[in-house]
Amino acid sequence: MKSKSGISKTGAIALIIIIAVAIVAAYYALNPQTQTITLNGAGATFPEPLIKKWASEYNKLNPSVVINYQGVGSGGGIQQIKEKIVDFAGTDAPVKDEEMTTGELVHIPETMGAVVVAYNIPGLTGTLKLDGDTIAKIYLGNITKWNDPKITALNPELSLPDEDIFVTHRSDGSGTTYIFTDYLSTVSEEWANEVGKGKSVDWPVGVGAQGNPGVAGLVQQNPYSIGYMEIAYAYLNNIPYAWIKNEFSEEFIEPTLESVSKAAEGFLEDMEEDVRVSIVNSPDPEAYPIASFTYILLYKEQNVYGASGSLEKSKATLNFIWWAVHEGQDYSEALQYAKLPQEVVAICEELLRSITYNGQPIITS
Amino acid sequence: MPPSSFLFGKKRSKRIRKFLAGDSIFKNLTLIFALSVLALALLIFYELYSRSQLSINEFGLGFLTEIKWDPVHQIFGALPFIFGTVTSSIIALIIAVPISLGIAIYLSELSPRRLRSPLSFMVELLAAVPSVVYGLWGLYVMVPWIRDSLEPFLESILGFLPFFQGPKFGIGMLAGGIILAIMIIPTISAVSREVMLAVPDTQREAAFALGATRWEVIKIAVLKYAKTGIFGAILLGLGRALGETMAVIMVIGNRPQISLSLFEPAYTMSGVIASEYIEATQELYLSALIEIGLLLFIITLMMNIFARLLVWRMMRMFRGAKE
Repeated sequence: MKSKSGISKTGAIALIIIIAVAIVAAYYALNPQTQTITLNGAGATFPEPLIKKWASEYNKLNPSVVINYQGVGSGGGIQQIKEKIVDFAGTDAPVKDEEMTTGELVHIPETMGAVVVAYNIPGLTGTLKLDGDTIAKIYLGNITKWNDPKITALNPELSLPDEDIFVTHRSDGSGTTYIFTDYLSTVSEEWANEVGKGKSVDWPVGVGAQGNPGVAGLVQQNPYSIGYMEIAYAYLNNIPYAWIKNEFSEEFIEPTLESVSKAAEGFLEDMEEDVRVSIVNSPDPEAYPIASFTYILLYKEQNVYGASGSLEKSKATLNFIWWAVHEGQDYSEALQYAKLPQEVVAICEELLRSITYNGQPIITS
Repeated sequence: MPPSSFLFGKKRSKRIRKFLAGDSIFKNLTLIFALSVLALALLIFYELYSRSQLSINEFGLGFLTEIKWDPVHQIFGALPFIFGTVTSSIIALIIAVPISLGIAIYLSELSPRRLRSPLSFMVELLAAVPSVVYGLWGLYVMVPWIRDSLEPFLESILGFLPFFQGPKFGIGMLAGGIILAIMIIPTISAVSREVMLAVPDTQREAAFALGATRWEVIKIAVLKYAKTGIFGAILLGLGRALGETMAVIMVIGNRPQISLSLFEPAYTMSGVIASEYIEATQELYLSALIEIGLLLFIITLMMNIFARLLVWRMMRMFRGAKE
């Protein structure tokens, strides 16, 4: 059948194919392709927005490197790096030595997170101030009223109501819960013995909700409630949160990106030894005490991926991480992540230099 | 002799043979598709079973009776979750069954013909709403209403019962049951309506002929006749309630405890899997979560088989009655 313009159907199809081939050929001719390297990462959802930002910025600088990161959760990330599916993994809680069954994993702290204690007390003017022991007692169920003497002693200028505290927490396993319970375990012996720290714990009291939005929803909706969440989430949604007492300086510290960064500075010596150290309850006098690193995991010996790996690929991975802990840090604050202090970046450099391929260090410069 | 038997004569042409080959290829292909569903179910069962080995070996039958769920100290028990799933589903049934039957009776027996299809359509539309939407509505609209109106009301008139005592958060077992009831009403009412419509008119006519009132006709002729099918519809609804995850997570409070009070938070089996699976890193923890999945799989599978059998038996009975 002839179409109106007189070109046959076959002719039209042939023309389309020729044009398509020409476009592809022209594309390759104009972009002499060095081979594209695709790096795959998976893991924690907490740093996902930052890592995705890095991936797109890094790709602009190095068009031949494409980075994928799937926010499947720390557990999924660890699983996938153990099965050697991904080149790097993200995790909020460090991996213990005895869990590294498939080869030694290097932890690179890539950014910092902090957890705030949000509250909803109608009619309250001024900011609530709390210390670790009080928070632990609230979450243990030992303090049940807002006008408990322990809370009023910390807040002499506030008039706190004679109301029951509605305690909320995360129900899904999360790095946020890990940081929060890590802090409570550090400051309260009772908490450490009865509950302990983990991404999910056996909560003595309270109601559980899904994700930061779930907890925020509960807190905003229920008068006289308390809950914990990532600093960025509370900040962006204008949820009031408490200042927390720094046990070393006896000052109440407002959670800000700067005071979170300070938390790392109190632990530099321990970090030299093992970067997996917990940085809650930091001795730095200006530090906000409920903070933590989130880590990138890499195999210390990179030649473990068999045919799918290569020195070139490992080099590309390390170059990307190197960039992330240096130039990449400039993107943190816009996304509400705390910058790594200079000293920590130096530790990251050292760690990255220790990674090898067939026993030979990959980064030599 | 089937009419196609001439094709199997000695003189079949090449064309017919080719035609026959196509037929049998198609038949076998569809057979493979059909069997693949069965294979998938078996594989899921096998996979769940093998991956929960660690937990089965560690806790044995104690897993079913342990009430602690403590990932930090690696103590895992399924009882609070089984309790939460079963209780919230029962509450859902208590609320949903009378309403659904009312809808079904109205639509099949009483409503003017003009209203019948738009109303049925509306009811079935409810089944198409994604569960997370129910969850959000539940969290932001239903929960405050339960907290401020329903729970104080229940406490004031039924507060002497242990079911209606305790803190009034809005969030809790009651909220979970109500949201599930709303979600299973379309299923139960749609299937019950079909079953009632399938009751032969001769039954109704016979009852009317005996001088029965409208209510008596529904009672003797329709409900009695459709009993088994309605029961099947209820079990289908129960199956949905047992497996429902997202909406329940958002309103039930997610606390593994066994409490008589419906105001207290609870936790469901599918809820704990969805909540904790992605961040579970220790082997035993993962294995315990998968074992909960295995238990849920077994419970829902049995429910569904039972329901299907009932509905199927009843349908066959009708076919017999009509012929």
